[in-house]
Amino acid sequence: MTTTTLKVPPLGDFSRSMAALEYWLRAYRRTWRSSAVTAFVMPLVFLGAFGAGLGSLVDTDRAGGLGDVSYLAFVAPGILAGAAMQSAFSESTWPILSSRKWNGHYHAQAASPLTMPDIVTGHLLFIVFRLTLGAVAFVLIGALFGAFGSAWVVLAVPAAVLTGLAHAAPLIAFAVTRESDTDFSMLVRFVMTPLFLFAGTFFPVSQLPAAVEFLAWLTPLWHGTQLCRGLSMGDAGLLGSVGHLVYLLVWVVGGYALALRSYRKMLLS
Amino acid sequence: MIGRASVPRSTTEGEPDDVTVRKRVPHRTDGGEAARARAHQPETDSDPDVLISARGLTKEFGDFVAVDGIDIDVRRGEAFGFLGPNGAGKSSTMRMIGCVSPLTEGSLTLFGMDPEADGPAIRGRLGVVPQKDLLDEELTVRENLLVYGRYFGLSRSVVAGRADELLRFAQLSDRADSPVEPLSGGMKRRLTIARALINAPEILLLDEPTTGLDPQARHVLWDRLYRLKQQGVTLVLTTHYMDEAEQLCDRLVVMDGGRIVAEGSPRELIERYSSREVVEVRYPDFDLEPHRDQLDLGDLAERVEVLPDRLLIYTHDGDAVSRIVDQSPDRPVSVLVRRSSLEDVFLQLTGRSLAG
Ligand SMILES: Nc1ncnc2c1ncn2[C@@H]1O[C@H](COP(=O)(O)OP(=O)(O)OP(=O)(O)O)[C@@H](O)[C@H]1O
Ligand SMILES: [Mg+2]
Repeated sequence: MTTTTLKVPPLGDFSRSMAALEYWLRAYRRTWRSSAVTAFVMPLVFLGAFGAGLGSLVDTDRAGGLGDVSYLAFVAPGILAGAAMQSAFSESTWPILSSRKWNGHYHAQAASPLTMPDIVTGHLLFIVFRLTLGAVAFVLIGALFGAFGSAWVVLAVPAAVLTGLAHAAPLIAFAVTRESDTDFSMLVRFVMTPLFLFAGTFFPVSQLPAAVEFLAWLTPLWHGTQLCRGLSMGDAGLLGSVGHLVYLLVWVVGGYALALRSYRKMLLS
Repeated sequence: MIGRASVPRSTTEGEPDDVTVRKRVPHRTDGGEAARARAHQPETDSDPDVLISARGLTKEFGDFVAVDGIDIDVRRGEAFGFLGPNGAGKSSTMRMIGCVSPLTEGSLTLFGMDPEADGPAIRGRLGVVPQKDLLDEELTVRENLLVYGRYFGLSRSVVAGRADELLRFAQLSDRADSPVEPLSGGMKRRLTIARALINAPEILLLDEPTTGLDPQARHVLWDRLYRLKQQGVTLVLTTHYMDEAEQLCDRLVVMDGGRIVAEGSPRELIERYSSREVVEVRYPDFDLEPHRDQLDLGDLAERVEVLPDRLLIYTHDGDAVSRIVDQSPDRPVSVLVRRSSLEDVFLQLTGRSLAG
């Protein structure tokens, strides 16, 4: 049981992680209706406003340096990735704090045979489930809008899920250490919203000043939007896509390791 | 460590890696205990009836020592109690026993296994009723059980069957499909106990099972716990109610400031640390020292305690004392003769009242 900090974190016992996932699915039964409605209405609103509405302006004036591409085709995969990130923020903050402090279910789990890797993995699996529902709904609605030029868009679903997970893993590591939810609204205001606006969702980051563009490259969301965009437009380069994938995976693995550390600190004191 | 070879399944454990579990000679000096402690390892190895064994168990939070080197052995089928006031270190001890809190120092084995290495295997054989219920209030009563049973690797059908059985045991069958939120405190407590029993544990850990409940709800709970004991479940509980300790515990330790200050059955403790009877005397005023000084009880009083609101006179003959007090010039408001209780033991041992 001696681990160095560089060791790959344990994923936990699979059946125990699934048991933890089962808890989250059961709790989700209570709210799935409203969340399903949101999952379908959100893309309608965004694609309607940005793709069809704003897009008609952009496309007429050939503004934004998009060349022949319609704005709808450009923005749809960006919003797909951005929405996954937003969903990751809401799934990885309040419910985490609640599980440790309010209903305390994490403590109940810790008293059972579940280990910290089981608890973390189980919760992340549920977040993956939620992200998948959202991404599938988005791609279905987007297809109705005619937003995707390539059948490769099917792979944009896992790409968007991975984008969400790359945010969720470090976020749960942070959220579990909080004593109140005040930090979460700050996080939404000062991290999530700027990311959503500037990390390649609505316009190419090349439009940004060089220093800001460099910052955008560092964000996992930019890699997510690029990956999804390449797949949905069918012009993904292999090397570039693998690069984005690896970068996102680094955030997932790093976030997971951090999560294990902070879960242990907070739940096994 | 002890018994690692008998671990049922290999596990990736989630406990911190930086905790060292060291053996050390306990600093307590009561000869028999210390001698047994030194012989500890071979003895528990050969005595499968000792389910929980701790030596020099210590928990520190920063500089603060919450549990200060305690030694305990709990045997199969026993009802073992930790009696102590707020902050005595009861919950900290229970969390270490529950394998959710790494030891700062000392050694601990459960079922002959080491919590650090075999946490999941040990926890699979424990039932835990924490001080706070930790129920999911939005799920139904039954769902709370169904979800929890799955954590122990039980199949859905087994869990469903056990849930029904436990709901009957906890007298919650008619509330099975109601959300937890509107239940009374006593019902929630019973549900927490039912949940802790979902894996048919060999040891049930109960941290203040009845604190905050009304007397009737407490009696219902005691009755359920008594039945569990009859069925052979080993009970380990904490309480700061002496009546609870007397009702439920075969053997208990009195804890104060992180240390064990006495150990024995409730009866033994009372015989060892208190007199047969106690006379409680109240006066119209609360300046009690002069009242004590003017009483002339001779050999009748073994000890007199001055509490904020009354005098406690420890004696082998309560009636004789009560006659003298009644006839004393200071005219008490009330004189009550009663049997000694664990409360008196605690007062004698620590100079403080449990309730305070
Ligand atoms: N996580 C922690 N960090 C710092 N101090 C702690 C922590 N947990 C407990 N303590 C301190 O350790 C001491 C013992 O606490 P513990 O909860 O074990 O007592 P207790 O006997 O269960 O008391 P109570 O009857 O109030 O439940 C207390 O002074 C408490 O403040
Ligand atoms: Mg406590």
